Amino acid sequence: MTNQVNYDKIEKTAAIKKTVGKTVIYAFLVLWGLIVLFPFYWMLLTSVKDYAAYNAEYIPQFFTLSPTLQNYIDAFTAVPLADYFLNTLIFTVATTAVMLVVIVPAAFAFSRLEFRGKNLLFTLFLSLMMIPNELVVITNFVTITNLDLRNTFTGLILPSVTSVFYIYLLKENFAGIPNELYYAAKVDGTSDLKYLLKVMLPICRPTVITITVLKVIECWNSYVWPRLITDDEAYFLVSNGIQEIRENGFGRENIPAMMAAVVVISVPLVVLFLIFRKKIMEGVARGGTKG
Amino acid sequence: METNNKKAWLYLLPAILFLGVFMVYPLVDVFVYSFEEGFNSASQTHFGVGTYNYSYVLHDPYFLQAVKNTFILVIITVPISTGIALLISLGLSSIKALRNLFQTVYFLPYVTNTLAVGLVFMILFKKTPYSDGLVNLLINLFGGSSVDFIDGPYWAKMLVLCIYTIWVVMPFKILILTSALASVKEDYYNAAKVDGTSKFRIFTKITLPMISPMIFYLVITGFIGAFKAYSDAVALFGTNLNAAEMNTIVGYVYDMLYGDSGGYPSYASAAAIILFVIVLTITCINLIISKKNVHY
Repeated sequence: MTNQVNYDKIEKTAAIKKTVGKTVIYAFLVLWGLIVLFPFYWMLLTSVKDYAAYNAEYIPQFFTLSPTLQNYIDAFTAVPLADYFLNTLIFTVATTAVMLVVIVPAAFAFSRLEFRGKNLLFTLFLSLMMIPNELVVITNFVTITNLDLRNTFTGLILPSVTSVFYIYLLKENFAGIPNELYYAAKVDGTSDLKYLLKVMLPICRPTVITITVLKVIECWNSYVWPRLITDDEAYFLVSNGIQEIRENGFGRENIPAMMAAVVVISVPLVVLFLIFRKKIMEGVARGGTKG
Repeated sequence: METNNKKAWLYLLPAILFLGVFMVYPLVDVFVYSFEEGFNSASQTHFGVGTYNYSYVLHDPYFLQAVKNTFILVIITVPISTGIALLISLGLSSIKALRNLFQTVYFLPYVTNTLAVGLVFMILFKKTPYSDGLVNLLINLFGGSSVDFIDGPYWAKMLVLCIYTIWVVMPFKILILTSALASVKEDYYNAAKVDGTSKFRIFTKITLPMISPMIFYLVITGFIGAFKAYSDAVALFGTNLNAAEMNTIVGYVYDMLYGDSGGYPSYASAAAIILFVIVLTITCINLIISKKNVHY
């Protein structure tokens, strides 16, 4: 009888221990979630606060009862936010498109064709992955300046259209396609190019999408190169635009309008992320870094 | 497969061209620049070859400040972010409900514009004539006095920079560690359970050794990333980082190249190569340490 009671007691304490443990874990995870989300909440909140009301708050308010969209109107009228947006869109689409045109044939050659010096060249390509951008950006800046390509889209786009890592990723994927398919296509008289476009690319669509999305994120957030290569506001991308807004736009103190601009800039990427969540996270886990 | 030299090179031509012009040539050129003394970017001439650029950079107080800032940033953020990421990943792997939601939320900072969200951090920490800002409000609540984290004392500015850097780098680390933890075979844990091994012992004897390669991978990429810190600092303190005493080595390189104090590609090259040597040395040290301690 006493034994029975003891078992119950042990089970009870074990259950309590488990619940306490789970609660602590969840509390910790929720806490980090709040730390991550709070800046986003604050930026949304501030962007709908009235300018006068915001400046009258000595103690910041955690909510507002009279949201306004005036700041968003200001963001698009007082500073050329729409232009920054359009520039970034052109830059992102063009860079990503040219990059695909450059890396897809290269990956095809490495995975499908035989030629002398293939292994040596591939090793050389891979060793380029270790070169930090900071080391090459100086000469690129001088090159683009000498070519009179500052403040042009060509100058912005050219240096960022190749990525050895993406060539590598795509090559590995292409290599996984069985040889039989290739020979079958050959027998049917399909050309290499047609085989690449009609067979390989559709099969490897997931990887191509991952690469595209990662490149789009990279382009949307690029700051250093555009800052070096553009000083004409007509060619500013959003990162440089937001820095310009911060230093010269609106007057320094119009924080709500600034936050509206920040929201407008952040929304496209967050939407992209929510759509391609799985692909982005898999792609990053396979070898992306942020730095 | 038949050998098909011409066609293959044709397919590779664009990639080779772009890599050649914008990666290989610059790589050689940066070394040349760094040894050309008195380079004039207007006339493209120089009047000597030697190590003057290096000695100029190494004696420049702005560069020394940048090196100091970068090292402090690296030493603080890499261990803390890796540690917190490990705790969070362990938490994530021990729950089932809401796990996907948490993972999605935690990854958000990765897809945000560093410059844009940096502004939000600036507002949270900044002290203005109208308001002390939210963070100072919290400090006041706990009985402290307000500090201007953006234009104030050095340690306060460094603290914000570290906090923002950690916030930015966490998604990558959590992602890598969570997938590393998921790849540890259930058999090991079951065997340990049968033996009645304590949770702490399971962690130190099974989990940690199994994921140690990934932890070291994160430490190495973390070091490299933190040494290249730049846009986070710009986001918080504006483009004139020298004035704010918050410049980083990469920031120094770009300032030398272009900007208010710019127009000196030689100094920029020398500084970039010094940075590269520092990063290479630290990475080698990391690799040597990991060879001794990592279980593969």
